[in-house]
Amino acid sequence: MANFYTDNSSLLFHLKHPLMKKIVRLKERDYADRDSYDYAPADFEDALDSYNQVLEIVGEICGETIAPNAELVDTFGPKLVNNEVIYAPGTAQNLETLTKAGLFGMSLPREYGGLNFAMVPYVIAAELVSRADAGFANIWGLQDCAETIHEFADEETKKEFLPRFNKGETAAMDLTEPDAGSDLQAVQLKASLNEETGQWTLNGVKRFITNGDAHISLVLARSEPDTSDGRGLSLFIYDRKDNAVMVRRIENKLGIKGSPTCELVFKDAPAILIGSRRMGLIKYVMSLMNSARLGVGAQSVGIAEAAYREALKYAREREQFGKPIIQFAAVYEMLSLMRAKTDAARSLLYETTRYVDIYKAYSFIQEEKKLEAEERNEFKSHQKVADVLTPLLKLFASEYCNQIASDALQIHGGAGYMKDFPVERLFRDARITNIYEGTSQLQVVAAIRGVVNGTYLNLIRQYEAVDVKPEFEYYKQLLIGLTDRFEAVFTKLQSQKNDEIIDFHARRLVEMAGHIIMGYLILHDTHRDNQFKKSTDIFIRMAAAENKAREEFITGFEEKDLGNYKVQL
Amino acid sequence: MSFRIIVLAKQVPDTRNVGKDAMKADGTVNRGVLPAIFNPEDLHALEQALRIKEQRSDAEIILLTMGPPRAAEIIREALYRGADKGYLITDRKFAGSDTLATSYALSLAIKKLKPFHLVIAGRQAIDGDTAQVGPQVADKLDLPQITYTEEITKATTKEITIRRRLERGVETVSCQLPALITVHSSAASCRPRNAKLLMKFKHARTVSELQEESKDYTEMLTSKPYLQIDEWSVADIDANTEFLGLSGSPTKVKKIENVVFAAKESVVLSSDDKDIEALMKDLIDSHVIG
Repeated sequence: MANFYTDNSSLLFHLKHPLMKKIVRLKERDYADRDSYDYAPADFEDALDSYNQVLEIVGEICGETIAPNAELVDTFGPKLVNNEVIYAPGTAQNLETLTKAGLFGMSLPREYGGLNFAMVPYVIAAELVSRADAGFANIWGLQDCAETIHEFADEETKKEFLPRFNKGETAAMDLTEPDAGSDLQAVQLKASLNEETGQWTLNGVKRFITNGDAHISLVLARSEPDTSDGRGLSLFIYDRKDNAVMVRRIENKLGIKGSPTCELVFKDAPAILIGSRRMGLIKYVMSLMNSARLGVGAQSVGIAEAAYREALKYAREREQFGKPIIQFAAVYEMLSLMRAKTDAARSLLYETTRYVDIYKAYSFIQEEKKLEAEERNEFKSHQKVADVLTPLLKLFASEYCNQIASDALQIHGGAGYMKDFPVERLFRDARITNIYEGTSQLQVVAAIRGVVNGTYLNLIRQYEAVDVKPEFEYYKQLLIGLTDRFEAVFTKLQSQKNDEIIDFHARRLVEMAGHIIMGYLILHDTHRDNQFKKSTDIFIRMAAAENKAREEFITGFEEKDLGNYKVQL
Repeated sequence: MSFRIIVLAKQVPDTRNVGKDAMKADGTVNRGVLPAIFNPEDLHALEQALRIKEQRSDAEIILLTMGPPRAAEIIREALYRGADKGYLITDRKFAGSDTLATSYALSLAIKKLKPFHLVIAGRQAIDGDTAQVGPQVADKLDLPQITYTEEITKATTKEITIRRRLERGVETVSCQLPALITVHSSAASCRPRNAKLLMKFKHARTVSELQEESKDYTEMLTSKPYLQIDEWSVADIDANTEFLGLSGSPTKVKKIENVVFAAKESVVLSSDDKDIEALMKDLIDSHVIG
């Protein structure tokens, strides 16, 4: 029996992080549901045991159902029949199995039929599903939309829609349009209000919508006719029961083929406003995007894990020149670097998730009661860190995922280029991760704020204050050195008072900070568990070399050199 | 009155992935190294019961198993998938029971669960592979029986219609209820464990298990009675010990042999008619064909 959870000990390691005690207590409001729901935990140990056992179910379904279905789902994909999306048979089976297992609405409160899981176990589940089939992970992962409804919709809307998630209804977030991709402020789909009935209707076109034919769709639309920017946009719910949206086509894509990417035509489609008008993009979609970016982080780590395992298996079995190719330095170096990058990206994934968990819990508690001064500070500081860790995670996890999938294919040689091995699909699936939910270039735009306002440096200095075992002190000193040089490089750059120069070096600066942050995270992991010892050494060694290269480039660069890079319009 | 379904299940050693330590030197199964699992065809049986429950809101599923105290684990597994209750028949006096003694004990327990509509069992268990217990229970309870069920196509309070998987093709039959059916491995696989049910029932225990864990459980059992898995002893099912265990088991193991499959000496045949005719004769004589 293949089980993707129990065969990967690092997941239980992250589930057992010391901060979980606090996270679960906040999420469970001091275990207030214990007497009102028969499946609510009585205390921390009970909750953690439930997380662990439910993740075993997820791991089993991933290993026994979703992963074995992945190849045929990729081959056949969804079909468009009479303007409706018909999933591949494997996709339908995956959905049915996960519904029967009750694995939709995992993070929703129990009063809406959810499991009330903290984000950490939910993200572990997302990583598992992604390792089994990254395309399917999108359909399953869109249950994130439930969080947005839960956070911002009124009680009546919550009562109508939220209980439907646990019963297996799927969701979609309809944001992109032909002329509004990275720049969502340009959204044109029109929302009109009938003043007499109070009914909103939607008209227009959406493009590249993942799972566009979902039961429940969140739609970003222009509710304020004479506006042209993000402040004229509101967020709506469209219910498929109303049958007023036509799926015009399903895109033919490079990868994640099991996930239907749809072009939608809204024709007088009735809709329900979420929260307040004008807040659609600037508040609700920003929040939705943050959880979607966390989701892509999990998806990237899942694909990376799958690719690493495929490469390792092949390198052990394949013999050339009379021995298994894993014995050649060129191959084992690639494999160990893949392992180290996966471990480091996973550490960043769960660190980010813990910050999100804490600030989200406070933001909900805040609605029930006034926060104490100390709680308020914690809420704000965690939100601030989560806001800069999320783009950093999305950037690194997706880029590493691509590198790892590419290296995994390389280890397979010519065989990897054929459809005979899963690595070919993983390579194609990986390619979307650094594009959607904001390209890597846009993650840098978000993350550079963490460099400029000092949030990364503060966080790094906090990590620095944590003691490590004497045998790992050497790595800590290395990281302190890297931090000092990062600070020096940035301070010098800032003194030039030229924003374009900062923009030009933004990715290099963000990556320098990211290497140090992941270096500390994996070092702290090793402090708790020796299984990450090799990865720590390999990753920090790589980080030092990579940062040195960036430092060399930045310090040797002058303003006048910018011209050489500018390409004429 | 509810539509009561009794599912018979057995905890078995997982003989599907046996390693070199699977058998002891004396030729018996080394249960210590093989993980104890829910007998696969019994899971198919449970799924058939769960499907009826999806169609009928009045359906009630009771899992009945006989075995050592640790067999309570498969009752929990059934509760996680949607069974309503479980009973464990356990007593040292049952040790050594063959299919006759087992079916005797099961039939007495089933009598205590009257009135019921349907008894569903897996076709056979992967340890003994006899396929006898289901039919024997039906006989002892004087119930009509349908074996090799692939799908229950219709279930009313009076009658059940079933598609049976036969060696060559399928057959659809109906019979009156109450009845006993056995389920074939070609039937639908069992659904996964459900997260909420797992969290609800993970603390379900038999009293012996609770005593083993030396916890104070009286409070838990009064506030959450659904967490108690009932245990039935010989006395609880009014069994006559003469028909149980070794004394009630006419099956005697005469001899155990280790069979090693090895390729026999190959025979080279020419393509002339005489050789081919001789080969055909051999194959027919040895019942390979015909």
